[in-house]
Amino acid sequence: MTSELITPEVVAAHNLTSIEYERIKQLLGREPTFVELGIFSVMWSEHCSYKSSKVHLRRLPTRNERVVVPPGENAGVVDVGDGWCAAFKVESHNHPSFIEPFQGAATGVGGILRDIFTMGARPVASMNSLRFGSLDHPQTGRRNRALLAGVVAGIAHYGNAFGVATVGGEVMFDDAYALNPLVNAFALGLVRHDQIFFGRASGVGNPVLYVGAKTGRDGIHGATMASAEFDDEALEKRPTVQVGDPFLEKLLLEACLEAMRSGAVAGIQDMGAAGLTSSSCEMAARAGTGIELDLTLVPQREQAMTAYEIMLSESQERMLIVAHKGRERQVVDIFKNWDLDAVVIGRVTDTGHVQVMHHEGTVADIPVNFLTDEAPVYERPMKSKTESGRQKDEDVAVGGGVDLISPAPPSAPVLESLARETDNEQQTTDNGQIDHNDALLQLLVAPNVASKEWVYRQYDHMVRTNTAVLPGADAAIVRIKETRRALAMCLDGNGRYCAADPRAGARLVVAEAARNVVCVGARPLAITNCLNFASPERPEVMWAFSETVDGMAEACRAFDTPVVSGNVSFYNETEGRGILPTPVIGMVGLVEDVRRVIQPGFKQEGDLIALLGTTNDDLSISEYAATVLGRTTEEMIERGRVPVLELQLEKAVQEVCLRGTEAGLLRSAHDCADGGLAVALAESCFSSLNRPAIGAGIELNGALAPPVQLFSESPSRIVVSFATEARAQLEEIAAELNCPFVVIGRVGDTSLRIAINGTLVIARDLNEIETVWRSALGQRLQTEALAAAAE
Amino acid sequence: MKFGVIVFPGSNCDHDAYHVISKHVGQPVSFIWHKETDLSGYDAIIIPGGFSYGDYLRAGALARFSPVMSSVREFAARGGFVLGICNGFQILCEAGLLPGALIRNRNLHFVCAHINVLVETTDTPFTNELTRGAVLRLPIAHAEGNYTCDDATLAELQREDRIVFRYCDDAGHITDKANPNGARDSIAGICNRARNVIGLMPHPERACEDLLGSSDGRGIFHSLTATLVHAQER
Repeated sequence: MTSELITPEVVAAHNLTSIEYERIKQLLGREPTFVELGIFSVMWSEHCSYKSSKVHLRRLPTRNERVVVPPGENAGVVDVGDGWCAAFKVESHNHPSFIEPFQGAATGVGGILRDIFTMGARPVASMNSLRFGSLDHPQTGRRNRALLAGVVAGIAHYGNAFGVATVGGEVMFDDAYALNPLVNAFALGLVRHDQIFFGRASGVGNPVLYVGAKTGRDGIHGATMASAEFDDEALEKRPTVQVGDPFLEKLLLEACLEAMRSGAVAGIQDMGAAGLTSSSCEMAARAGTGIELDLTLVPQREQAMTAYEIMLSESQERMLIVAHKGRERQVVDIFKNWDLDAVVIGRVTDTGHVQVMHHEGTVADIPVNFLTDEAPVYERPMKSKTESGRQKDEDVAVGGGVDLISPAPPSAPVLESLARETDNEQQTTDNGQIDHNDALLQLLVAPNVASKEWVYRQYDHMVRTNTAVLPGADAAIVRIKETRRALAMCLDGNGRYCAADPRAGARLVVAEAARNVVCVGARPLAITNCLNFASPERPEVMWAFSETVDGMAEACRAFDTPVVSGNVSFYNETEGRGILPTPVIGMVGLVEDVRRVIQPGFKQEGDLIALLGTTNDDLSISEYAATVLGRTTEEMIERGRVPVLELQLEKAVQEVCLRGTEAGLLRSAHDCADGGLAVALAESCFSSLNRPAIGAGIELNGALAPPVQLFSESPSRIVVSFATEARAQLEEIAAELNCPFVVIGRVGDTSLRIAINGTLVIARDLNEIETVWRSALGQRLQTEALAAAAE
Repeated sequence: MKFGVIVFPGSNCDHDAYHVISKHVGQPVSFIWHKETDLSGYDAIIIPGGFSYGDYLRAGALARFSPVMSSVREFAARGGFVLGICNGFQILCEAGLLPGALIRNRNLHFVCAHINVLVETTDTPFTNELTRGAVLRLPIAHAEGNYTCDDATLAELQREDRIVFRYCDDAGHITDKANPNGARDSIAGICNRARNVIGLMPHPERACEDLLGSSDGRGIFHSLTATLVHAQER
């Protein structure tokens, strides 16, 4: 953009509405300069200002006695004991990853790592939540496979070289993400309680230093791009995607931590989205100061960059440091030792303005609060799913209200109706019944259930020698070397549930995340969230967002897991088609004694297997419905019923698992999730490091139809195993906590055998099903993987 | 005895090696910044894993030019013990302290997993406390670990008993399936002619605690310590 004349077209190109532009003029009392227009456009973008989500996010619980730094800083910080704190956050990099999967994902990892070490914490673990369209789709399958391969290669490229253990995450597939894949990156770091740093430009007169990579023209308007939906010209936006350099980031990490230890640093902030603009404005805003920058001093790697370009560049691996006056030399020397640029480019002022100088003089002079506090806040119109539906069908407007939110339960048992509709001959036996052995196999090779080994083998998940529970379990465990403690972490989301009922879906997602850390023996501590939604300008999306926040808030209160950080990603839609509402939860849990962690696999021949919790008919939105019955996502969302989550029961199930673990009674625990009990049992039988596969014989009873017993995805269930001698004690604990506890079988042999009411319905050789489960994903990806690796 | 862990820009297993030496081997250890050149106080040098200089060109291709590397060369020539792990192995090959080269894994992917290696010789200061034919479970984490060399070099390595570790299956059989990266002759680690410089792709420093899944790496550090104690006693 070379034109300096601000026309309505220029305003629109900056993604500002005419009303917003009028407001800028009114606030300033004059026309903004071109540079100022650029600054306003990024600071007021959805990505930076949270203008559509702010009014809702206030309803989330953000504090308890463990929270040291609540949302508002670069990452949330939680006290984990013995003087140590965990800083963590999850952030989206959806838009760049669709345009350029390798670099988009790589820079997503880079950005979240900087958010962590900005707080003074050394990153020790990272995870990713990834969502793509179906790998087997006749039209989009090839692109979806290429996107997955590219994103995984990008994450591996950045995380492995940087030296952070990528310990887990999730990879899910649904056609709703075909044109808008989700790439959410999580990182966690450790910091001493008294060594936490903040992004504050405090101390009038203190020098402002620019450190790290030189500024180029890459990534200009990345934040604005992430604040608009895609159209068929999306690929033309490729130049706004930045290129990551993990080596430089590693040097930046070491230099920043060293500078922080030296005592010369007063405040520090990473230059992420909106680069120099957001870092300088946010630092001044948090400290209530002003900031003065001379752009001629900014290290640049391209010729003749304009003030506009320098302020809006999103070049990676850069930080802004406010040093204590007189100690700037010390900071510069530390960075020099790491072969990095560190240059004083300005100072902290008491004006409350951000003032930017370039060759031509002052190019911007804006009161900081115009960019932050005065940024627009929207209470966007909302319309419930039921309302929109009825308006469409019956043209009747209905008032809001909770009772309208949940679709009425289907009159006939869901399963029967589903089975009746099934006309796939191959899946049914002579009696018209689905063969359960086949169904289990189909589920085990379905990409959503199959082993994600192909993905996590490409990530260094052991560097720094802290990973006590490797990828593949319900949650990963990273020990804190200096103590006996460890942290469990997982990422969870469920777009189908949230599309069918966002409030119930959000509660279920939080509950599942809590259950996952419980399954490795950790007590849930706190969460970070990434809220991925379509356009907030559509009332039904905004309604789903609001419902999601309320559901999440309710569940977080129940588990006492405040939200300490997070990110909102709107405009995940292309050509008018949006993604499913997809809140992703990053749950962190605490293990008091790392020697007490448990894992999913059955350990010992003769051990008993029990189910904590109860199975209900929750097949209507499930992997079984999708994979075996061939239901589309739309059918499941429209006709299906989201499982009922009883928070009391959920807490009881989790508490039994935790007490059983802490008392050393349990030998294994595994959440029943995608694919239901049968899949959870199979996964518990499969081999893992130092543990060969071992079979199980299961006897289920009751009136529920066999597919429900086997594949229903009712929440609040954990499969546990234990020695016979531990049974009485465990039953006592379960009875005390009012938790359903049923012994369903015994560990042993080399096959998985499940009988229902005395009839054997599943008998599978483990070797055979483990092999297909392990290789299913990799086999689908051979070609694309090689292409991505060659990059 | 004193251990040194070299830190190049981009080394990222330096802390892990340091941790193992100080905590599990129980010996004094310091970091050595790549710009340092004085190695006189050290008995053993570890070149750790990581991505020195980003490894954008070829793994280890730039690190060999760091000032510390000429000192490492002299240190080795004087008989000092040098252990190169992963990126350290790549650097030793690039620096000509070990023969051959490490090229991209045959599947072109980074591979992180626990694998098995067979102890092929105990006639090195790094394996003399181990048993020949023993199987060690060690983690690997690399994209360029596919060892290659010409026929003459391979024959020499074999003749001189300088192949220290080879990839194998759980039972100790050398099979193509158990070879995680396509390395020639399933080579996972070799030593120099004087046997005081060793390079290996697996990470023994990641396998010194049962908590992390394996303690099989300890034998390598114990061998080295025992050798050093022996040397001091003499």
